[in-house]
Amino acid sequence: MQIFNKEPSFDFMAKRKIALIVSILLVIISIASLATRGLNFGIDFTGGTLIEVGYENSADLSEVRATLESAGYGDAITQYFGSSTDVLIRVPPYEGMTNADLSTGVLNALHGASSLGEVEMRRVEFVGPQVGEELTEKGGLAMIYALFGILIYITLRFEKRFAVGSVVALIHDVIITLGIFSILRLEFDLTTLAAILAVIGYSLNDTIVVFDRIRENFRKMRKGSPVEVSNRSINQMLSRTLVTSFTTLFVLTALFVLGGEIIHSFATALIIGIVVGTYSSVYVASATALALGVSKQDLMPVKKEGENDPDILGDQP
Amino acid sequence: MNQYPTWKYVLIITVILTGVLYALPNLYGDDPAVQISPLRGATVDEASLTRVSEMLKGEGIPFKSIEQIERGMLVRFDNTETQLKAKDLIAEMMGDDYVPALNLSPATPDWLTALNAAPMYLGLDLRGGVHFLMEVDMVAAARQAGERYVSDLRSILRGEKVRYLSIAKTNRGYSIDIKFRNATDRDTAQGIIRKEYPRLLLEPELRDDDAFLVVTISDEELRETKKMALQQNIITLRNRVNELGVAEPVVQQQGENRIVVQLPGIQDTARAKEILGATATLEFRMVVENANVEAALAGRPPVGTRLYKTRDAASYGSHLLLKKRIIVTGDQITDAASGIDQDNGAAAVFVSLDGKGARKMGDNTRENLGKRMAVVFIENKVTTKRIDGELVKTKRKIEEVINAATIQGVFSNRFQITGVGTPDEARDLALLLRAGALAAPIEIVEERTVGPSLGQDNIDQGVISVIVGFIAVMIFMALWYRVFGLVAIIALTVNLVMIVAVLSMLQATLTLPGIAGIVLTVGMAVDANVLIFERIREEIRSGNSPQASINAGYDKALSTIADANITTLIAALVLYTFGSGPIKGFAITLSIGIVSSMFTAIMGTRAVINLIYGSRKVKKLSI
Repeated sequence: MQIFNKEPSFDFMAKRKIALIVSILLVIISIASLATRGLNFGIDFTGGTLIEVGYENSADLSEVRATLESAGYGDAITQYFGSSTDVLIRVPPYEGMTNADLSTGVLNALHGASSLGEVEMRRVEFVGPQVGEELTEKGGLAMIYALFGILIYITLRFEKRFAVGSVVALIHDVIITLGIFSILRLEFDLTTLAAILAVIGYSLNDTIVVFDRIRENFRKMRKGSPVEVSNRSINQMLSRTLVTSFTTLFVLTALFVLGGEIIHSFATALIIGIVVGTYSSVYVASATALALGVSKQDLMPVKKEGENDPDILGDQP
Repeated sequence: MNQYPTWKYVLIITVILTGVLYALPNLYGDDPAVQISPLRGATVDEASLTRVSEMLKGEGIPFKSIEQIERGMLVRFDNTETQLKAKDLIAEMMGDDYVPALNLSPATPDWLTALNAAPMYLGLDLRGGVHFLMEVDMVAAARQAGERYVSDLRSILRGEKVRYLSIAKTNRGYSIDIKFRNATDRDTAQGIIRKEYPRLLLEPELRDDDAFLVVTISDEELRETKKMALQQNIITLRNRVNELGVAEPVVQQQGENRIVVQLPGIQDTARAKEILGATATLEFRMVVENANVEAALAGRPPVGTRLYKTRDAASYGSHLLLKKRIIVTGDQITDAASGIDQDNGAAAVFVSLDGKGARKMGDNTRENLGKRMAVVFIENKVTTKRIDGELVKTKRKIEEVINAATIQGVFSNRFQITGVGTPDEARDLALLLRAGALAAPIEIVEERTVGPSLGQDNIDQGVISVIVGFIAVMIFMALWYRVFGLVAIIALTVNLVMIVAVLSMLQATLTLPGIAGIVLTVGMAVDANVLIFERIREEIRSGNSPQASINAGYDKALSTIADANITTLIAALVLYTFGSGPIKGFAITLSIGIVSSMFTAIMGTRAVINLIYGSRKVKKLSI
């Protein structure tokens, strides 16, 4: 089976202005949402206590709330987690209680409430405020270091305009993915951060494949403007881009549907990231490199210095 | 013609076989087992193995095997029912010096164990258990060092009969002021202290005509103190964890002032938290008899005494006045066991002291026969309070008299303490006294507990997503690239086996995000093949022969694949370096997946394609 029996010839680059506008709009909306609404940070970053309990039958949330309130945990936030037999309880720090006491107290209160039936502790997570701060800091640093490492590698392997193009595309992907998380109020925790970094890796993979072909075509095609070369390259790689995105989306959908609640935000981040990443490797990365004026000369194999011109040898610094 | 030299086939087959071999232990599952760890000098030898096996046989409890392991012995059972029954019986028979713990032990056959093959190590989110990150209170550690020096200096000056007027910690950093009557006394003292504690900084000072000696703890000494406090805490925590009876616990230093504690499979997390974080210890002091407690409550207690709250106000009144001098502290206790007081049936703790403690206790009881001695219970608690919306940590030191009894006779190294609360409280206090006190208070700054049912759910859900994702990709590839697609599927399967094999060999921890990493790798690993196959199609379209197309397809796609994978690897390495726990797991599987996919997707598929098409004339490729 094939999508295209012969090489497709979409004029991608002709629409790069439209794509630019779309991208800029999306980025602006994302930044606006991030600035005003922020991210719905999980306790990994904010600190706090989270308790997941499981009931044999579906639990009545209002009853759980009432039980907690009468035990003195009126500030606890309860919600279903995945199914109506699983309840997630978030508890803010309480005066005069150690963190250990807090989760024990909540669990004891629920154990004592006979009307709710048998309750089972599924998960307790507590992150102290200072640890939360450190994780946020480390996460931000990780993102920056990853971007720098990639920038350096692509500069070495390709050319600096490509490097800038790919990093612009990555920042574009990250901002839009975060923006969607912010707009939809999806919870952002440590695993989501890992997913964002995986998106960086994936989107880059896509970008590099296209760049690789652009470089090859610049060297091979005698004629053709940079725009034509880019267009041709993107078309040549189009079916690969789509096939790989599809297979990856297949497995991620499996993870999203079957992987359980804990992995949900992880799968969501990757699905969003891969859709955005696929688009950006076609438009953002190549268009940026073009806008920065990538030309044939930049990509010709570097001649060994002085190879054909022994005279300059003496003038080498 | 596309043919691989024989050595390449040999290499590929060898790698795959090794992979299969080391992935194999994961198929055998686990045996329910009881792990018996010796405590405090007790050992496990042939005789104790025989004892346990004889006892189990006598009770009619079938077991699979019994063996000596690195730390104790391991008894395997057929099911959890017999395991639970056996654990109780073993606990009863072996007594206090051995701790039995429930364990799931890999049922790897001996011939695989001989090859060092072992199943993957499952993270706490998959097997259930508790992860604690604990922070050691270094300020308190340093303060305690200061207090220790005050008492040391006091006793050395007394011992050398050098008179001083006062000795106290200052509020300027970690220094101690000693006030003398005259400069001569001070100089003598300086000489003595210098000889005994060469690492203390000594500086004579004259303030308002009074001779002072300022003793400062050097920065280096402070650093050393903090390091020691951390090490001591790790040792104490290890002891406590051993007492709790946990199989395969982890107690490790992290950073400068933190300790990671991981307790796989533990059920009673509340008790674990209580025991690990407890700072409880005991002190023995003499009671000031006929003291005016009311006056002391209202004003200042007399010199050399201190007022303490009592736990049992009905017996001792709300407060007791005790002498400041400590007879024996908790760290001189070598052993403690809980039991029942034979006179009144109350819970009691039976205590043994070390030589120094026993001597002091002996001297003290001889001198103070007929007087009352008090047992002070000391505990530090850290609580978080919200003040004006800000979270503020407060430390509370609980010091209370749990018992004050008349010394009836001279005793030294063994005695009992009553007034310790319920039998459960007595048991925990005995445990804490046995395991030793923490050198500095600790606080849990991160906790992740996963119940056993959730762990199993996580495994099930992870495995099912891998399988479904894998099948979806398989169908897609077979439809899309036909014969070549099937070859890619073989490569993908081998890739999965390789990831499992490498994880097992490294004994890296597999976590839920780790499984997500494997799922993602399945999706991304086909990318290399997609790149190659698309390239082959392109070559065919431009009119090349099938054989030349295969060759060119693999050749030209190689650098693209390498570039793409190296950049992803950079991202994975950064994740590994900066990530904590679960993130690291994701980074590990992703990295392993990327590397092994390069092997299977390029070399592996090429080998199979060569076998199918390589040695004959081909008119058309099934791609």
